[in-house]
Amino acid sequence: METLVANVLLTFLVFIAIGIIVLRDLLGAVILLGVYSLIAAGAFVVMDAVDVAFTEAAVGSGISTILFLGCLSFTQHKQKPRGHDSLAALIFVVITGGLLIYGTLDMPHYGRADSAAQTHPELAVRFLEQSASEVGPPNIVTSVLASYRGYDTLGETLVVFAAGIAVLSLLGLKRTRREDEAPEHAPGDTPSADVDERR
Amino acid sequence: MNQVIGLYSYWVVIVLMMAGLYIMIARYNLVKKIIGLGLFQTSIFYLYITLGKVDGGTAPILIDGENVVYSNPLPHVLILTAIVVGVATTAVALALVVRIHEAFGTIEEDELKAIDALEPDA
Repeated sequence: METLVANVLLTFLVFIAIGIIVLRDLLGAVILLGVYSLIAAGAFVVMDAVDVAFTEAAVGSGISTILFLGCLSFTQHKQKPRGHDSLAALIFVVITGGLLIYGTLDMPHYGRADSAAQTHPELAVRFLEQSASEVGPPNIVTSVLASYRGYDTLGETLVVFAAGIAVLSLLGLKRTRREDEAPEHAPGDTPSADVDERR
Repeated sequence: MNQVIGLYSYWVVIVLMMAGLYIMIARYNLVKKIIGLGLFQTSIFYLYITLGKVDGGTAPILIDGENVVYSNPLPHVLILTAIVVGVATTAVALALVVRIHEAFGTIEEDELKAIDALEPDA
């Protein structure tokens, strides 16, 4: 039953992905991406990854949608119609996908308890058996994140810091100066042009 | 049939991954490309979480009881890190798109190439 629910949610994701490919309106595509993340979060709960589901719902579906909307408010909403030949891309993607599917044929089946990932004595088994006495918190994900793989989390913080600096140096200071100089190029004028187009 | 049920989640993940890759190759709009990147990233998250699932298991939070089966916590940790890093990547990419739009007035890749060919110094 659990597997069925997970598979149905996965199938929803495929339909949403097709919608994103087809849609020309960028705003619609961004909202579909948010829906995609939210459904993925629901599926993560079914697959017992509750911490990942929290993060995906808050960060993937919340913050990144806000970032996309912010970007769209500074740029344009429509993807221009293109009759360009994407047959080569389609063939490339189908071949790559076919090879990957061929590669899954000897992967451990969904939910198997005897796969290598589940039985390695120094990883999952040790975390499950020892983390309560070695680290403390009942949530094993917290123990692994903050203690066993603490350097990963430190590196993640550094990446986010670097990204923050990069975004600020690309946009932050320059934008305020430009808006002072030429208010007619304020971000609001592109969406209104878009509205004119729709009329 | 057993094989199909056991491997179905991998196949869907691969279809999602290829959908993201297709958007990144075949669409000229830069924001659309970043959406494709997001699609690709989330499909990878799904692959890892699928690998950590154990049949009849519960979330890896310790509870009292005999013979409790827990799912594997390690993929969850890796993906928690990956989600946050993915959003950082998206933020930088979108900031670049905003700057490109400011400098060139368009975010369509072919128009950008045409402008670039006209004035190589720009």
